[in-house]
Amino acid sequence: MRITRKSVLLLALALFVSEAEAARIGELVDWSFGERALRFFTFTDPAMRWALAGSMLLGVCCGLMGSFLVVRRLALMGDALAHAVLPGVALGFLWNMSKDPIAIFVGAVAAGLLGAATVQLLRSTTRHGEDAALGFVLSSFFGAGVCLLTMIQNLPGASKAGLGAFLFGQAAALGPGDVALLGAVALGAALVLGVFFKEFLVASFDEGFARSAGLPVRFFQYSLMLLLSFAIVSSLQAVGVVLVSAMLVIPAAAAQLLTDRLGKMVWLSALLGMGAGAAGSFFSYAGRGLPTGPLMVLSAAVVFFGALILAPRHGILVRFWRRRSGAARMGRENTLKAVYHVLEEGGFASGAVSVADVAMRRGESPEAIEREFASLHRAGLGITTVGRLALTPEGWQRACEIVRNHRLWELYLTNAASLAPDHVHEDADKIEHILGEETVRHLEKRLNYARQDPHGKAIPGLRDMMPGTGNSGMGGVK
Amino acid sequence: MTADGAPPLEVHDLTVSYRRKPVLYGIDLEVPRGSLTGIIGPNGAGKSTFVKAITGILPLDTGWVKIFGGSYRENCRRVGYVPQRESVDWDFPVNVMDVVLMGRYGRLRIGERPGRADREIAGTCLEKVGMLPFADRQIGNLSGGQQQRVFLARALAQESDLYLMDEPFAGVDASTEEAIMHILHELRAAGKTLLVVHHDLSTVRDYFDRLILLNMRLVATGATEEVFTPELLQATYGGRLTILSEVVEALGAR
Repeated sequence: MRITRKSVLLLALALFVSEAEAARIGELVDWSFGERALRFFTFTDPAMRWALAGSMLLGVCCGLMGSFLVVRRLALMGDALAHAVLPGVALGFLWNMSKDPIAIFVGAVAAGLLGAATVQLLRSTTRHGEDAALGFVLSSFFGAGVCLLTMIQNLPGASKAGLGAFLFGQAAALGPGDVALLGAVALGAALVLGVFFKEFLVASFDEGFARSAGLPVRFFQYSLMLLLSFAIVSSLQAVGVVLVSAMLVIPAAAAQLLTDRLGKMVWLSALLGMGAGAAGSFFSYAGRGLPTGPLMVLSAAVVFFGALILAPRHGILVRFWRRRSGAARMGRENTLKAVYHVLEEGGFASGAVSVADVAMRRGESPEAIEREFASLHRAGLGITTVGRLALTPEGWQRACEIVRNHRLWELYLTNAASLAPDHVHEDADKIEHILGEETVRHLEKRLNYARQDPHGKAIPGLRDMMPGTGNSGMGGVK
Repeated sequence: MTADGAPPLEVHDLTVSYRRKPVLYGIDLEVPRGSLTGIIGPNGAGKSTFVKAITGILPLDTGWVKIFGGSYRENCRRVGYVPQRESVDWDFPVNVMDVVLMGRYGRLRIGERPGRADREIAGTCLEKVGMLPFADRQIGNLSGGQQQRVFLARALAQESDLYLMDEPFAGVDASTEEAIMHILHELRAAGKTLLVVHHDLSTVRDYFDRLILLNMRLVATGATEEVFTPELLQATYGGRLTILSEVVEALGAR
């Protein structure tokens, strides 16, 4: 990234302007929440506009880079890097005793990279794992940073206003310079990730393979770390050292719940980060100077929980629904089985069963069985007339399949696993619902197409399952 | 590219260390073209390390590796690699097709995306291993055998002349083992050279025409019927070389 002298001046100037504005905005406290919300959505305050733009760009930067941290299981690395930049911020300030954004940026990036290198060094030269190395770097660099910042506060004559914002962030103090920096980093990151997506993908998924294919893996690892530190450092002003890792991890983790492919995850994560940034700056503005960083992180957390519950494939709701519909299917299948048993006891003379017979068979109340019959009717597996149920061809087929699965499995357990016949019934009760077509074929072959289960009952054959033979009664079963 | 008479793989005085502990000592060997070679040895014998050293994943202490007469870097496009299945995170957000397409990356320029032709090749390779119906699946939703098939399909997509496979039969079902073996034989029939790290001694005689017996150093290499002998197996598996391993322990503790 090349920054011209002119833009440096512009950035420095912008920072002063933004600080002046922030101070002015801070005094405007006598509006209600509604009025503030209105002012927010009409973009009335210039300082608010910068804060909003900056927070959203921050969300994009962190969302983009965070996805790679999360899929590589390096979330803690982001946290360590974020804390490690603090001494660099202080040294950047000491460089010419002012909040020169360029000096601070350079100092912070340098400190971050030094921290990353220290982690690497500790890992490769000592017996300690990555966790210990990260813990060490995180706390010691952060400690040094806090000491340096305190020293600066005690220095006479320095204009140190706003340096404390680096700890917890203050989006209200964002100015055009910060926003330009965030924008440049977001754009740069999006471009680099877009162009070299394939290389970042393979280097993240399978480093050894990438190397064997002749790709310069180390170069891409380092560029990823460098981009990451850019994202962290440019976000500090708004969200602070302590919480920036949350903006790296939470949107990315939420995005991973929503998709199974990295490309989609990266831009979803950027989008969610952007949303969290906007929400954070809104609540911060409407809530009269509540800190933006924590609010942004809280918004991201809400998004994460939303994704956790609503995600189309990995969400809690979907999983709950799947389990429930699975349970409903098992219930129907158990009723079908009971119906089959009742028909079997009657020698398949009649094509229909009564509620009372099935209730006795399953040991449940007639009301419950009536409900089950109604459910079979709705599923198109049976026809109910007053107190009696006749299976449709589909219902008959499914009933045969279930009984067949059950009896084949019992036979398999007694034959192949030499279990006693009275030990196998309960197991088969569970397995019958999940045996797939292919497994059933294997079982048949293995059992030489047996026709009788261990209790001497007939195993319904393929012929019996043909739709149409069911309601005729005998169904070819001996 | 180099003269076609050069052997697919030539290793001279190869020594490799892991955390300053030497794992492989002074390996010298040459693998002839069109052979299916098994690499066998006890746990910790350096089988994986050997493969990783050849592919340039691990740095060499001494010695050199030549691929078709040139350096690995020069000829990396002629090498296909199947890493150990445990070496990657199977929860990673990629689907089966994405992984197989990675086999094409070595042939694309930096920053270039795989195109239609690459997708076609990847699809063919998936079909060969019987995984085409799973192309859209996230890789974590596959059985161990299916995951191994995906890795094999990725290596096939590399369209290489020399294949290095690290434990492709570890933890796979019988039908996958059969399918993989079938593909290995096909590759050999097409004149490719294959090196396979293997752990199941009972199948060695059926699977491989050549063997590399490894235990920190090269115990023997040659045609299976010549080197798959009780004496050499005893030398490979029976007890460690006491002095050598003691020295290594001392080096590691330093």
